Amino acid sequence: MQGMESTIKIRVVHLYKSFGDKQVLRGVDLEVWQGESMVVIGGSGSGKTVLIKCIIGLIRPEQGEIRVDGLEITSLNAKEMNEVRKKFGMLFQAGALFDSMKVWENVGFGLRQQTRLSEEEIRKNASEKLALVGLKDVEDLMPSELSGGMRKRVSLARAIAMEPEILLYDEPTTGIDPIMADAINDLIVQMKEKLNVTSIAITHDIKSAYKIADRIAMLYQGKIIEVGTPEEIRNSPNPMVQQFVEGRSEGPIKIL
Amino acid sequence: MILFVQTLGWIFRPPLQGREILKQMEEVGVRSFPVVVITAGFTGMVLALQSFTGFKRFGAETMVGTIVALSMTRELGPVLTGLMVSGRMGSAMAAELGTMRVTEQIDALYTLATNPIKYLIVPRFLATLIMLPILVIFADVIGILGGYLVSVQILGTNPTLYFRRTWDFLELIDLYSGLLKAVFFGMILATISCYQGFSTQGGAEGVGRATTKAVVLSSLTILIFNYFITAFLF
Ligand SMILES: Nc1ncnc2c1ncn2[C@@H]1O[C@H](COP(=O)(O)OP(=O)(O)O)[C@@H](O)[C@H]1O
Ligand SMILES: [Mg+2]
Repeated sequence: MQGMESTIKIRVVHLYKSFGDKQVLRGVDLEVWQGESMVVIGGSGSGKTVLIKCIIGLIRPEQGEIRVDGLEITSLNAKEMNEVRKKFGMLFQAGALFDSMKVWENVGFGLRQQTRLSEEEIRKNASEKLALVGLKDVEDLMPSELSGGMRKRVSLARAIAMEPEILLYDEPTTGIDPIMADAINDLIVQMKEKLNVTSIAITHDIKSAYKIADRIAMLYQGKIIEVGTPEEIRNSPNPMVQQFVEGRSEGPIKIL
Repeated sequence: MILFVQTLGWIFRPPLQGREILKQMEEVGVRSFPVVVITAGFTGMVLALQSFTGFKRFGAETMVGTIVALSMTRELGPVLTGLMVSGRMGSAMAAELGTMRVTEQIDALYTLATNPIKYLIVPRFLATLIMLPILVIFADVIGILGGYLVSVQILGTNPTLYFRRTWDFLELIDLYSGLLKAVFFGMILATISCYQGFSTQGGAEGVGRATTKAVVLSSLTILIFNYFITAFLF
């Protein structure tokens, strides 16, 4: 990966964000290359969700830069940001499916809003996207009728429906059983291969990170403390990283 | 307040979400209709009873029809409908938008390059604005019928006389002022309820808080504005 692909798709520089007097991000630096799968690991509450919501413009940071294809996005107005968002698809932690709409309407939402395609064409497209994530005959179900794993798949289908260049995954394997989690991991790898997207996933599931990442970055105390290939992370001399990847409760990371 | 201005801004930016507006009109209209009918009917009935007792003391029983019609169209029709729809739809809007906020559905709209103010709030705002006056017309009619029922069936007033008294003294301005109030009340309750839902924080508990706040604030604001609109039109 390294050297072969050197175009930077997303660059985060010295990003700061706090809520009240709670500093969540304290100078995050991160580079994501075109076509790579970056996984950000970190404990619960470490600010992973805040970081990707900054990248897609849902949260405005106090300081720092975020560049997407070279364009600085933290100072854009709502309309400009809306254009940038068309490059992105996002899978939310609990799916965030629209519960008043059927599955196919969820998947086809972007097409309905932004194109003039007929209902049949949208539905057909939605079925194709659902097939891509391994689902069929679910078009007419309501989100409340789906299991946790299916919700994530539908949400993924919705995220890829507009053929984005960048996919963001918020805890793709959290809250579902290990077999389903592994199936989601496979899907994420497939998405990269089939759709040639750049992706950022955030997770505290280290097993999932090893499986889907080209590179892994660890977020700790508001900063990225280490970036490297899965192999490099596994063998990192950094005691914080070691403790996290081995899942030990004793070590430099204190549990409150 | 900022939300109100943004909402107004988005209303004039096509394309309007026709499908959503119709859906919301149905929600507001159909769901609130039974509540409004019962409220207005019984209010008209009790008005007839009470004013009859009062007017009888100076022999003006025939004026009951006038008093019921005036009270309903100018005051009770719009105010009671506004309060009932706040309870019925204000709470529903706050709960729905609040749930969408805490389950990240509103964030999801942004990521699908759709502005949630345009997609969620404008339809609710317009639907309430359109449906509230229509509900008020129903409330007026049913309140007057309720008063008629009590006067004629129970108090033994002459039916033709009752209607004559209703029509003779009812002016178009009474109806208009009531409908104007309804439009304002619709804006108030939709803006407050949507704002409360939209800015919900803190999970399911937050949704509960937003819902309560939406109803209480809309109701109070409606009552306060009612005085000022009345004073202005007086
Ligand atoms: N909108 C918000 N308002 C206040 N605090 C927030 C908000 N969003 C996140 N936080 C706080 O920021 C911290 C990091 O949250 P988050 O990014 O969701 O963590 P995670 O790494 O588990 O995804 C948490 O302590 C959370 O309480
Ligand atoms: Mg999170």
